[in-house]
Amino acid sequence: MQLFRAFLLRLFTTAITLSGVAVIVFFVIRVVPGNPIAMMLPPGATEADVARLTARYGFDKSIPEQFLIWLQGVVQGDFGTSITSNQPVLGLVLGRLPATLELSIMALVIAVFIGGFIALTGTRNRGTSVEAAIDVGNGMALSVPDFLWGLVLILLFGVLWPVFHISGRVTPSLDLPFTTNFYLFESVLRLRFDLWADIVSHMFMPALALAIPLAAIIGQLLKQSLKETMHLDYVTLARTKGYGENHVILREALPNAILPTLTLVGVQFTFLIGGTVIIERLFSYEGLGNMAIDAVINRDLPLIQGIVILFAAIFTAVNLIVDLSYAFLNPRLRHG
Amino acid sequence: MADGRSQIRRRVGLKLWLSGGWIAFLVMAALCAPWLAPHDPLAQDLFLGRLPPAWVQGAEPGFYLGTDSLGRDVLSRILYGARLALIVALVAGSLTCLIGATLGLMAGFLRGWVDVVISRAIDIWMAFPPVLFSILLIAVMGPGLTSIILAIVVIDWTRFARVVRAEAMAQGAMDYVASAQVAGRRRISTMFTEILPNVLPTIVVLLTLEMGIAVIVEAILSFVNLSISTDDPTWGGMIAEGRTSIHQAWWVLVFPLVTLFLTVLSFSQLGEGLKDRFDPVLR
Repeated sequence: MQLFRAFLLRLFTTAITLSGVAVIVFFVIRVVPGNPIAMMLPPGATEADVARLTARYGFDKSIPEQFLIWLQGVVQGDFGTSITSNQPVLGLVLGRLPATLELSIMALVIAVFIGGFIALTGTRNRGTSVEAAIDVGNGMALSVPDFLWGLVLILLFGVLWPVFHISGRVTPSLDLPFTTNFYLFESVLRLRFDLWADIVSHMFMPALALAIPLAAIIGQLLKQSLKETMHLDYVTLARTKGYGENHVILREALPNAILPTLTLVGVQFTFLIGGTVIIERLFSYEGLGNMAIDAVINRDLPLIQGIVILFAAIFTAVNLIVDLSYAFLNPRLRHG
Repeated sequence: MADGRSQIRRRVGLKLWLSGGWIAFLVMAALCAPWLAPHDPLAQDLFLGRLPPAWVQGAEPGFYLGTDSLGRDVLSRILYGARLALIVALVAGSLTCLIGATLGLMAGFLRGWVDVVISRAIDIWMAFPPVLFSILLIAVMGPGLTSIILAIVVIDWTRFARVVRAEAMAQGAMDYVASAQVAGRRRISTMFTEILPNVLPTIVVLLTLEMGIAVIVEAILSFVNLSISTDDPTWGGMIAEGRTSIHQAWWVLVFPLVTLFLTVLSFSQLGEGLKDRFDPVLR
């Protein structure tokens, strides 16, 4: 019961956060200098043309009025019309969302694998120079953001030893049989492993760039919790029973050490999703982030609004899921 | 134990010296840019376009790190770019620190409705994708140094506010604060005389880290061409140009990238080193 009430409260604060984001974005972008309508029209358009289009996009009304109209639309699932492409914002944004989701999830999987490997190797070799080397590497990976790792990767595996593609999501000349925009997922379902390989070789570097800082965080925290767990009595007991070091780490220590890391991964995952904006730009990957930057450059107000709010919704959803799964995984919180 | 501790201390010392050394070097280079730079960073000469660095075949004397596609000297542009990067680091870092730390201190120590308002604002801020938010703000305010600095302050104050709030809350629960209250001190004066000095080491560490973040934000903004005017040399702008001509002229990307990499790494290592230095267990 207590858990249910906590859940309702959490849902309520989430709603407040999202409306806060909506209000801030709405008002901030309406201070944009430069008339977006004037930019759309060909040179030589008359005053009347400008007035007609301004009225069509509702820019002639006062800002609070515009907000109410916009809010009314949002409640009905209408996020307005993009100025540059003249298409509904919701459709445009949802069309790009799968690309960004696939990239983020791939990055998360890579980060968990590398981070887990680092933590286990570090624990296995604790107190040796191997662990010291891991600590130094972790420190570096953490200090440098994904943007710079992306550039370093482009130089290493795009130019120096060109094994991966450095721009785009898929080779443009390929014939794509997909019905959804989840290319990676659908290529597996359709058993088109030739396409799958092409998509992965485009996605791998941006995903790795996003994954490196997170992998370091996972490696560091998990190693620390593992080392603490290794001192506990039940682990010593398992060892006196004659189990090998690998068994002790993987089967005895890991299940108890993993909880703090899981919570952290959830929070850090939102940072990773935020990082896709610039990484997609860097790798010319056709996702939401790249679209967002174009929208800002073109002053496409309705589109910017839609994208920022979608990002905020994803962030808060991830946080909500993390909190709920933490309550579910932690037996001390399960029964109020 | 004493042995291990001195070993850690030596490693911390090395970290501080190396990162501090690079930043001091960079500050000197930025200050002396007009005397050090072999060329005018804006001077274009299409006949000298994409010259390789001095040690590669086909180089011209005087262009030590080569030139970009417009024939501008890479070394001179890096030196002048350092000025903008360091100004942003210093000004944006300190302003963010001042505002964020003050708000965090108030929320954590005064509690009540102040805390509710500030915490709720932090929650809302955390729901914004930071890179997108900064690009959006620059688009609103127009490119320029002031806009970059303001954008960083507006976005990153939560980094300070979150941590300082938690620390101030922990300090506020301690006995010495209660005794200051019993002695009849005002809340506000207790906040500055008792809480602030104890939170200060954390603030200094955060400030150092924030300077590195400010450098990277400036680079990202100039990478998407939203920083200052496109002619002025910025590391991010150079990187953006280098990215497009990467197969023809690697040096246009590599040298600004290495400089940026070392600078960001140094600020962050300096912050980490200071954190260890302030750690009472190691002292």
